[in-house]
Amino acid sequence: MQEFFHYFLENRDFVFLVILMIFLGIEVISHVPAVLHTPLMSGANAIHGVVIIGAIIIMGHSDPNNYLSLILGFVAVVLGTLNVVGGFVVTNRMLEMFKKKK
Amino acid sequence: MITQHFLLEFAYLLGSISFIIGLKKLSHPESARNGNLLAAAGMGIAILATIFFHQKDGHSIGNIPWIIAGMAVGTVIGWLMAMKVKMTAMPQMVSFFNGMGGACAAIISLVEYNTHGAHDPGFSWMIFLGLVIGSVSFSGSMVAYAKLDGKIKDIFTSAFTYINILLLALILGLVVWGVYGHNPLGGNIIWILLGLSLLYGILFVMPIGGADMPVVISLLNSFTGVAAAMGGFLYNNMVMLTGGILVGSAGTILTILMTKAMNRSLLNVIIGSFGGSATAKSAGSGGKNAKETTITDTAIMCGYASRVCIVPGYGLAVAQAQHACHEFEKALEEKGVEVYYAIHPVAGRMPGHMNVLLAEADVPYEKLLELEDANALMPNTDVVLVIGANDVVNPLAETDPASPIYGMPVVKVWEANRVVVIKRSLSPGYAKIDNPLFYKDKSWMLFSDAKKALNALVSEVKNI
Repeated sequence: MQEFFHYFLENRDFVFLVILMIFLGIEVISHVPAVLHTPLMSGANAIHGVVIIGAIIIMGHSDPNNYLSLILGFVAVVLGTLNVVGGFVVTNRMLEMFKKKK
Repeated sequence: MITQHFLLEFAYLLGSISFIIGLKKLSHPESARNGNLLAAAGMGIAILATIFFHQKDGHSIGNIPWIIAGMAVGTVIGWLMAMKVKMTAMPQMVSFFNGMGGACAAIISLVEYNTHGAHDPGFSWMIFLGLVIGSVSFSGSMVAYAKLDGKIKDIFTSAFTYINILLLALILGLVVWGVYGHNPLGGNIIWILLGLSLLYGILFVMPIGGADMPVVISLLNSFTGVAAAMGGFLYNNMVMLTGGILVGSAGTILTILMTKAMNRSLLNVIIGSFGGSATAKSAGSGGKNAKETTITDTAIMCGYASRVCIVPGYGLAVAQAQHACHEFEKALEEKGVEVYYAIHPVAGRMPGHMNVLLAEADVPYEKLLELEDANALMPNTDVVLVIGANDVVNPLAETDPASPIYGMPVVKVWEANRVVVIKRSLSPGYAKIDNPLFYKDKSWMLFSDAKKALNALVSEVKNI
């Protein structure tokens, strides 16, 4: 138990950040009309593409002789970019259709 | 050095703010597009700052040509796929991109474990959970993608439920063992966990019916968010953490909103036992027969009405009849008929999907009424045209407490003067229950494919 207390105190800022972020996420979404469920899901999908940053960090600090981590890192960068670019472009295409047409 | 560090963290702060404001704007129709662009801009800033300013133990980011090459490949493929996809195939596209993010998170855990191993428990939890959640999200999304694309069919046996619970327990057990015990599997544990998690993702989505896929995609979407946040913990990276947690919690709420609109619980969707007694009774027809009508009669009925309501459903999306539907609406309006659409929250393949499809066909946004507004207009509506919808117009949801859909909000089409149902056959909808609407005195059936029927109706109405 002591270990857990220690861990909690050491990471107090993270714990607060996570809890507040969870409430923020709920608050931001809760009044969305059903019309926007699909675009919103798609937009959120693009945002978690932020995981690409982890892939860049891996690639960027890989030992040039560690082929496994280089190859995996490269694949991760490609997949992460797919998530980001594909996600935002698809969402934009959906939302373009809601524009008022003259 | 300190300047670089500041610029990096400041860029991450801007990124986090753009995600929050972006999501907020995405939940209002007028500002949604700007919200998406804002979040994309924030993402761009965060990515560029990482490449230029990120430092670890005094080393800047290396292998930049490879990173740029990887991003170029991803951008070209992602862009092309996103631009080429048909509007009707949008849900599976979202699922596909979601899977890519999940795979990316899983790979990050894999590499981190292989280069640094697992030392302190907190670090190990993040690595293992990132791997498990990312892999489940990846394989699950791929199955959802294939299902929506019609590449694989639903397979359901109740055995899945038990296998899945066992598998999940096994995975969690291995994770705890890997974190706290000196497991005899050594470094191989990460590969075993990878395999089991991928399998779990497949078995988790496999038994869930096609009509429930939106809920599953939304759930997997929030999983990937959590997996990204795990990466944020690993690297002490604020933008990954905030972005991931935000999507994790917003995605979960969105999933719950969707299940609420279908009057089901999340657990019920996952276990997949839609109303255990669903097959128990198919009363309701009471010996009555459904009356059939013809294209000509329907055209006359609608053409001389003063207000017509169209209730589009899954069948319209499958038949890709949204353009034909808009043509029909225009033809009626030329005759002076007022036309509006009643959009049930879960009509189509995804909540809001029907709006996207109809918007693609240039149907003005103001004509798409949400459930409550549409129901208020029903008693003053002359003809309701139900196109490829079934469960969302079933009166049993209001009258029969024993029905599995009892309590689900429905479009009260029976309050209008007349109802014409365009449907391929009398077969029951997804919920597998009979629909007494079809046997009411004021209802007529038009057995046809939605697109064919609408095209024929357009020319008939023009001839009136």
